Amino acid sequence: MAETTLETPVETHRPRRIKWGAIGDHTVLILGALLMMIPPLLALTTASHDAVTIHREGLQLTLGDNLGKNFHAAMFEKGGFTQTVDGTLMLMNSFILGIGFAMGKIIISMMAAYAIVYFRLRFATLAFWVIFTTLLLPLEVRILPSYEAIQKLGLTNTYTGLIVPLIASATGTFFFRQFFMSVPEELAEAARIDGAGPWKFFVDILVPLSRTMIAAIFIIMFVFGWNQYLWPTLITTDESFFTLVRGIKQIVLSYTDSQIPEHGQALALAIVAMIPPVAIVVFFQNWFVKGLTESDK
Amino acid sequence: MAQVSLEGIRKVYPNGFQAVQTTSFTIQDGEFVVLVGPSGCGKSTLLRMIAGLEEITEGELKIGDRVVNDVDPADRDIAMVFQNYALYPHMTVRKNIGYGLKNRGTPASEIAAKVEDAARMLNLTEYLDRKPAQLSGGQRQRVAMGRAVVRDPALFLFDEPLSNLDAKLRNQMRIEIKALQRRLGTTAVYVTHDQVEAMTMADRIIVLNAGRIEQIGTPSEIYHNPASTFVASFMGAPPMNLIRAEVDQKQVKINGYDALMVASEAFSGPITMGIRPEDVELDAQGQVKFHVDILEELGAHRLLHGRIDDQPFSVMIGKEDTAHTGETRIKLKPEALRLFDKDTGLRL
Repeated sequence: MAETTLETPVETHRPRRIKWGAIGDHTVLILGALLMMIPPLLALTTASHDAVTIHREGLQLTLGDNLGKNFHAAMFEKGGFTQTVDGTLMLMNSFILGIGFAMGKIIISMMAAYAIVYFRLRFATLAFWVIFTTLLLPLEVRILPSYEAIQKLGLTNTYTGLIVPLIASATGTFFFRQFFMSVPEELAEAARIDGAGPWKFFVDILVPLSRTMIAAIFIIMFVFGWNQYLWPTLITTDESFFTLVRGIKQIVLSYTDSQIPEHGQALALAIVAMIPPVAIVVFFQNWFVKGLTESDK
Repeated sequence: MAQVSLEGIRKVYPNGFQAVQTTSFTIQDGEFVVLVGPSGCGKSTLLRMIAGLEEITEGELKIGDRVVNDVDPADRDIAMVFQNYALYPHMTVRKNIGYGLKNRGTPASEIAAKVEDAARMLNLTEYLDRKPAQLSGGQRQRVAMGRAVVRDPALFLFDEPLSNLDAKLRNQMRIEIKALQRRLGTTAVYVTHDQVEAMTMADRIIVLNAGRIEQIGTPSEIYHNPASTFVASFMGAPPMNLIRAEVDQKQVKINGYDALMVASEAFSGPITMGIRPEDVELDAQGQVKFHVDILEELGAHRLLHGRIDDQPFSVMIGKEDTAHTGETRIKLKPEALRLFDKDTGLRL
């Protein structure tokens, strides 16, 4: 047996090493974050000044004393050409568009993916690729026929016309298809033997299994829908259907009666328009990461 | 409870591959039948056809008195246990077990009572409110069993249910499944590639090879009287020794040695001779020379692996017997010799 000796650990006074790598990383990240934060901060500070100051002196770096007033006016003062629409209504319209858009996309793409993956359709693969190629045809490309169709159906100035033409989603279908293909086939077979028909299997098994996935896609699509500009501009002429994103522009462009545009209110509205997407991403980022990276099968 | 009969069942996949050749057999009421064979032999396809998950190309399948070829799996009165358990991951054990009943419109109070009963039978009571991810492999296996027994079906179907478990648990579950089936008296079809499972659990074994039935019989018949060299080498561990031999004037001989046994008169010429390793004895006066290469210690007995001339051969001896590597002599029990056709491998 070897002798066991008790050695006192030799004190090594090594200088604590400075991790330059970590400092470098953080510097880059902090600079990036600041760069991203500056425009909204400027918007906030500028929104606290009155229209005259902004018009004369441009963006403001300091806080003025009109912040509350501008926000109040932006949210509750009837404005626009017809003097019927205020910020609250536009906020509601934006929510209807954002939620309707996201839900619609999820429902449609889940059902499409379900059909493609679980049913022995003759042309399932072809159908999938056809859906996939529509990625090459975004709304901007097919805007004339889309408008024509909606207009002929008499759906201009309706929420239906605003939402339905946008909800077909190749991206969503693709994500759900990949997810469904990773669900073990035996699950469907076990459900079949357990007496669950196609609809029950979808509702009882597949939808609950996809919930993180649904949450992730909801977040992406909500932000996407919220920020829609071109289609709502085309399809709604009635101001009571205006969304926030449109409303901002409306304020800036109101040069009627040689009035100074209400830049402060526009910026206040811009900040309001930014909050919901940011909040959704901040609060649901865990779901978001989970949905796109893992699944409990 | 039901008798299951397959008549002229055949399966050809759309790509032309014939997974199961024309097959007929009947499973008696309450019988435990094991389908065994190497991977790709069609055993799972056969089971899935009985389950209704795979379409039957040709033939007639009856469960009880009813032809079920075109009956939906849900209406065949069967329950199936899958290799990967196929539990619904988002449901608790209670819901997993009760799901089939719920879909059939069973009243909630009755479901609750039946689930409790099944859980008690399978020692799952304390896990009823857990999700599958919180259970061990053996417990998940039990939940899968619970899902099957709770519906009290006419027929249990098992698709390699134990192959995801470790060896010790597998031995234990094997006994549990068998005991449960005995107690319920439900007809069962069990698919496995593990010949030990087949031997220990089955009332009758069906050995399949390349989409064809090689032999149907009780474990003892299959073991002692294999119908072909395939069955002989597939069933039993270590497998039956198969060596070249010759029949000459009714005398069975390995070349260079005296006659080992007297054969019936129907044939002569080269054959394949089989003998189980435990039917061979070390004997200094034995008629055959055996060269031992490796000595395998298994505790209860020992295996000697070596050669007779150039042909591989194994001998099993008791733990008291002494043995060493190198040249020795063996005696083959004449009554244990089995003769097979050299070319077709069929029993002569």
